[in-house]
Amino acid sequence: MSASDDHHHPAPLSPVEVRAKALEDLLVEKGVVAPGVIDAVVDAYEHDIGPLNGARVVARAWADPVYRQRLLADGTAAIAEFGFGGPEGEHIVVVENTPTVHNVVICTLCSCYPWPVLGLPPNWYKSAPYRARMVREPRRLLSEMGLDLPTSVEVRVWDSSAETRYMVLPERPAGTDAMSEEQLAALVTRDAMIGVARP
Amino acid sequence: MNGIHDLGGMDGFGPVEMEANEPVFHQPWETRVFGLVAAIAAQRVARTGEFRHAIERMDPLHYLGSPYYEHWLTGAATLLVEKGRLTREELAARAGGSFPLSRRVDPGVTVVAEPSGAAPRFAVGSSVVVRNIHPLGHTRCPRYVRGKRGIVVRIDPASSLPDVGVHSDQPCKQHVYCVRFEGRELWGESAPHAEAVHVDLWESYLEAQ
Repeated sequence: MSASDDHHHPAPLSPVEVRAKALEDLLVEKGVVAPGVIDAVVDAYEHDIGPLNGARVVARAWADPVYRQRLLADGTAAIAEFGFGGPEGEHIVVVENTPTVHNVVICTLCSCYPWPVLGLPPNWYKSAPYRARMVREPRRLLSEMGLDLPTSVEVRVWDSSAETRYMVLPERPAGTDAMSEEQLAALVTRDAMIGVARP
Repeated sequence: MNGIHDLGGMDGFGPVEMEANEPVFHQPWETRVFGLVAAIAAQRVARTGEFRHAIERMDPLHYLGSPYYEHWLTGAATLLVEKGRLTREELAARAGGSFPLSRRVDPGVTVVAEPSGAAPRFAVGSSVVVRNIHPLGHTRCPRYVRGKRGIVVRIDPASSLPDVGVHSDQPCKQHVYCVRFEGRELWGESAPHAEAVHVDLWESYLEAQ
């Protein structure tokens, strides 16, 4: 950009914006994709499919021990009871935190993530530092990210290298016995279900 | 391929930068690229493994220096050109200059593998070692576990071995094993105790220990 840019006009498109527009325009013109399909997919992931889904699953598992057993035995089927499923959720395994085990999820090779329960991953999950370091020094990296775990807790990292997608079932916080499922769900964060935080 | 995407265990990238209240998409172009790739996938223009491999074949400097959805844009454009849906010239003309695409990689000798038998070769609790393989094409066997010993903790349904399925229309289905590796096996005696990494590995990646 030159110093003479007039700020009263829209900024010119950046090179990547130009390329993204070029690809979309060409594919729509050639009939490879319909623009309505793109809009519908984007709308679903911006508004419907996100970590609130996973939070409902976790809250149910906290409130209902029988559901918790089903969830740990067959995550995909127990999650489907809520109507959640679809791309990147065909085979979900739920790993449970306990007083002696803490789980954390990663994809070192790309960005695999359980979309139906957590939505699309945050940028840091897809970033080089997270992918490089969480398998090599998980306890130290968790501490840097704000989660200090005592050495008595074993850290288990799950690298999503094949078809399985992982979700962490966090421990239910103390002092929540009187809460409803809805109130419990409000305690459950995306980061707790990835395993880089606790609720 | 031993590509730039295979980041597990590398040093020097610095801290993980987290963003409070991060939006699903940061820029409108990212939104469009996500929707475009999802639409292409829904219409089965390419398989997921082919899309991953197209990203892995990006120039390493471009890969490290570009935002995530630029990987998707580059991978999708590369596949569409390779499958004859678009030409490189059309893209460049429409983009008003260069439109960088991923490199073609000749996988050389195609990986030879047999489909799994009905019964898994390894059981939960089996000791296994990851074969020291370096295929030139696509693979989902990360470098940091090759040659390392672990224990099978779960067996998943057979699915298409990516090393074959991305380079051929004939899928080779194999059992997939979730293997637990102790931190010290992966990173040496100076690694802390009580840290373990689980990696999901196709049968051909493993040998009995």
